[in-house]
Amino acid sequence: MAHIQLKNISKSFGNHTALTGLDLDIADGEFFVLLGETGAGKTTTLRLIAGLEKPSEGQVFIDGVDVADWGAAERDVALVLQQYSLYPRYTVRENLEFPLKPKIRRLPDAEIKDRVDRAARTLRIEHLLDRKTDRLSGGEMQRVSIGRAIVRKPRVFLMDEPLSALDAKLREALRTELKNLQMQLGATFLFVTHDQIEAMSMGDKVGVLNHGRIIQTGTPHEIYNNPRDTYVASFVGSPPMNLIDGKLVNGRAVMAPLNFELPFSGGAKASAATEGRPLVFGIRPEDVYLESGAPVEARVHDVENHGVEKILTLRVGDTTLRATVPARTDVAIEQPVRFAWNPDKVVLFDKGSGVSLRHAG
Amino acid sequence: MATTMITTLDRSSRAAARGLSDISIRNLFIIPTVLFLIVFNIFPLIYSLGYSFTDFRASTNASANFVGLQNYRDLLNDPYVWSNFAITAKYVIISVAGQLLVGFGVAMLLNRDIPLKGLLTTLLLLPMMLSMAVVGLFWKLLYDPSFGIINYALGLGTFEWLSDPKMALYAVALTDIWMWSPFVMLLSLAGLSAVPKHLYEAAAIDRAGPFYTFFRITLPLVAPILMIAVIFRTMEAFKTFDLAYILTTQPTAELISIRLYKMAFQEWQTGRSCALAYIVLIMVLAITNIYVKYLNKVKER
Repeated sequence: MAHIQLKNISKSFGNHTALTGLDLDIADGEFFVLLGETGAGKTTTLRLIAGLEKPSEGQVFIDGVDVADWGAAERDVALVLQQYSLYPRYTVRENLEFPLKPKIRRLPDAEIKDRVDRAARTLRIEHLLDRKTDRLSGGEMQRVSIGRAIVRKPRVFLMDEPLSALDAKLREALRTELKNLQMQLGATFLFVTHDQIEAMSMGDKVGVLNHGRIIQTGTPHEIYNNPRDTYVASFVGSPPMNLIDGKLVNGRAVMAPLNFELPFSGGAKASAATEGRPLVFGIRPEDVYLESGAPVEARVHDVENHGVEKILTLRVGDTTLRATVPARTDVAIEQPVRFAWNPDKVVLFDKGSGVSLRHAG
Repeated sequence: MATTMITTLDRSSRAAARGLSDISIRNLFIIPTVLFLIVFNIFPLIYSLGYSFTDFRASTNASANFVGLQNYRDLLNDPYVWSNFAITAKYVIISVAGQLLVGFGVAMLLNRDIPLKGLLTTLLLLPMMLSMAVVGLFWKLLYDPSFGIINYALGLGTFEWLSDPKMALYAVALTDIWMWSPFVMLLSLAGLSAVPKHLYEAAAIDRAGPFYTFFRITLPLVAPILMIAVIFRTMEAFKTFDLAYILTTQPTAELISIRLYKMAFQEWQTGRSCALAYIVLIMVLAITNIYVKYLNKVKER
């Protein structure tokens, strides 16, 4: 198992810059999730660690050793790709044996069999061992490719959106399985995804990547509750955080063009420096609540029923914001309602830079 | 359901206005081809089958006498014919194996990002676009003992490639390899570029060495298309005539098709040569069948 460090990594392909000044620190035995939109540079980061690409600048350390000159084989990583990349024409068993069989590091047959059987049991694919890989379903294929990673006992597991090609039910099941597997093996995992639910539910730590830069790293809790900037705030969470332009006036939040006011309990944070400055107020939909005596009146613009809860889109003037309310709340479209927010949960962002005031220091 | 595959004629089209139906248009296209095939391929095929049971000679006016299986019996007992078959087999093995090695090797070299790859590939394909007779004629010049460039380049003095009984067959095979390796290369390139890149990456991650990767991933995936190349080349090599006929007159390089030609058009044993032609046909069919069976097995694996 290993500790991985990326220092000031930049990577460009021709004119296109994929990564700029990337620093990353993944502790031994950690489940680290790299979260970002398509094209943010997640896969490139993974491939740099795997040794399939060389960085244009910067260094990769595995257990404190600079691995710049190491090939993929020497780095001893396992990579699970989105396209399952199973070896065609071989059975599941042969696929699982593949990484154990090259002559140089050939293990005794009994050991190979033992490891393959153990991996198959862990992933519940024992009944498939003698099947050809092209007769498997998507979920089974992905399990086999995960199996091929775990038989080797590599130092690091790298996973490139392994679940995104699967259907929702299976994705959910494998999510739990992967997390359990990681805990069981105590291995270092780097998991790349664009799905913030996967990131939140699986990661010990999450790194949010945007345009080749790490915006924020932290536990899912930190990322969710204390986003570093408006990008993270709007990317993480479904529905995303409400972002409303406004100012602080006398300890109250005054929404700029609309003139509705809400209480704010930032306390010391709401110092004189922030008074009157253009800000963006961030509030999670679950911290917006409906109450008959609440300070602001809005109209219900849209209702999404999710079973356990309803997601309401409220309209105040031209601004809309989302609120998560219990499913039993009885609302109709265009119905006037009054809402308030939880003043303790409000995050302030600078209007110009988009950076959270808490992080700006 | 087959009828639904035929597109219906647009009612407002000119063809419809002339009173042509779908079926008559289909017939218009198919019947000439079918007639052509019958007149020039199928009829002679059957006609020669008839001749193969007679002692017919096209050079005389004597009528053909039915001799039963006599021609076949004679041919299969003739050690000269068998030696022709042995020569042919040797030739097929050498030239197909050579083409496979050279063609696949060059394809492996070309299957990467190199400058001018397209131009290089096109240039390498030139030999197979030439006519057999032309290739034969100028390789005869290249092999020439006194002024040929091959002897000059290799410093072999006046070595007689084509009149040396031991060398003649190899010289012909070499020419064939030069001419047809590009064909194998082209098919191999198609096969190689169809191997997904991520498989190689997965293999690199799985710490497989270059040989292991080649034998466990590249070769099994390219094998079916290589088999197709082998089938084509074997059939072609088996019936090689022009190249060998032009290049050499050595009896050690007398392929079965040359023997057939001599029997039919120099000795005028028309009936017997028809029988020999049938023997060759059956052999080619048998070999191809074995290959196709094997190909299907390779594909399934």
